[in-house]
Amino acid sequence: MRMRTIEISVGGFVLAGVIGLVFLAVQVSGVGELGERTSYTIQARFDDVAGLRERARVSMAGVTVGRVRGIDVDMQWGDAIVTLEIMGEPGNLTIDTGAKILTDGVVGARYVGLLPGSDEETLGPGDEIVETQGALVLENLIGEFLTNIGK
Amino acid sequence: MSDLLRSIGVRFLDFLSALGRASLLWYRAMAGLPRWGDVALVVKQIYNVGFMSLIIIVLSAFSIGAVLSLQFYTQLARFGAQDATGVGLALVLLRELGPVVTALLFAGRAGSALTAEIGLMKTTEQLSIMEMMGVDPLRRIIAPRIWAGLISLPLLTAIFSMVAVYGGVVVAVNWLGADPGGFWSGMQDGVELWEDLGKGMVKSLVFALLVTWVAVFQGYDAPPTAEGMSMATTQTVVISSVLVLATDFLLTLVFYGDF
Repeated sequence: MRMRTIEISVGGFVLAGVIGLVFLAVQVSGVGELGERTSYTIQARFDDVAGLRERARVSMAGVTVGRVRGIDVDMQWGDAIVTLEIMGEPGNLTIDTGAKILTDGVVGARYVGLLPGSDEETLGPGDEIVETQGALVLENLIGEFLTNIGK
Repeated sequence: MSDLLRSIGVRFLDFLSALGRASLLWYRAMAGLPRWGDVALVVKQIYNVGFMSLIIIVLSAFSIGAVLSLQFYTQLARFGAQDATGVGLALVLLRELGPVVTALLFAGRAGSALTAEIGLMKTTEQLSIMEMMGVDPLRRIIAPRIWAGLISLPLLTAIFSMVAVYGGVVVAVNWLGADPGGFWSGMQDGVELWEDLGKGMVKSLVFALLVTWVAVFQGYDAPPTAEGMSMATTQTVVISSVLVLATDFLLTLVFYGDF
C-alpha cells in the first residue's frame, strides 16, 4: 500500500481519537459548564449534611444555580460548613435566603435547595447563610418516631 | 515430593528468566529517545495496530453501549430512577469497560498479529539478516511497534467510549424513550474530568504497555518452529488478557478504593 494512503488513514484515526477525547470531556463529563461565567462563593452551616458530596447541585426553584465546592466540619460547634459556588454576580441572593439539604428522587443524590428571602440586603462573597435545615437522616427519624410512640 | 518441588523450582526459574529477557528486550528497544527517521515506521505500525482495529472496536463499542443502556434502563425504571441510566452508563464505560474491553480486543486483534509477524520474521531469519546488515532489529522492528501500541490503545479507548455512549443514547433515548435532558445532565453531573476520564485513560496507557510488551516479547522469544509460533500467538492473547484483568483490579483499588 502506498505510504500516503497509510499516512492519511493514520491521520484520520488520530483525529477520531482526539474527537473522542474532546467529546468525552465536554459532552460526557460536562467541562466548561461553569467555567467561563462569573461566580462567587458563600457558606452555609448545617447540623447534618449526610450524603452531600462535593460538586453536588445547588438549586433554587428547581433550577441549578451553583455547585457545592467544599464540605468541612467545625469541631468546636460540631456542625458542617458547606461552601457553595453561586453563578452570577454577587448580590443576586438576599441575606435571609434559606438553605436546605434535599434528595433527588427516592435513591437520588443529595443537593442543596435555596429558598428565596425578602430582605433588601444581599449576600456578598464569603457571607454565611443563617437559615438552614440539614439532611433528614432516616435513622434519626425512626428514633424520634419510636420515642414519640413510647409517650 | 521432591519431583514436585523441583518442577515448581524449574517453572519459577523459567518464569524469572523470561521476565529478565522481556525486560532486557524492553530496555534495549526503548533505550534512548526515538529518532526522527523512526517516525515513518511508527506511523506504519499505528496503521497496522490502530487503524486496522477500528472496525472491531466501533462495532463492539456500539453493541456494548446498547446492551448496558438497555439493562440499566430496564432495571432502574423499576425504582423510577431511569434518569440515572446516563450516569451509570458513562461511569461504567469511562472507568472500567472502555479501557478493559478495548485492551482485550486489542490483544486479540493487534497483539496476536504482532506476535505472529515478529515470530515469522525470526523464523525466516529476517532479524538475523538485519543484524548482519548492521541494522538493529530491536530499534527498527520492536521499538516502533511498542510506540504504536502506546499511542493507538488510548485513542482506541476514547473512540470506544464515545461510540458506546452513542449506542447507549440510541437505545435509552431514541428507542426506550428516556428523557434526553435527564440523561445528559445526570451524566454531566456525575462524571468528572480527571476522576473518571483521566484515570480511565491512565489505565488504558498501562494496558497498552502490557499488551504490546507481551506481544513483541512473545514474538521475539518464540521458538522458530511452526508449533512455537502457534504457541506464542496463543500465549500472547492469554497472558495479556489475564494481565489486563488483574492489573485493572489493582488500578481500580488504587484509584477508587476509599481507604
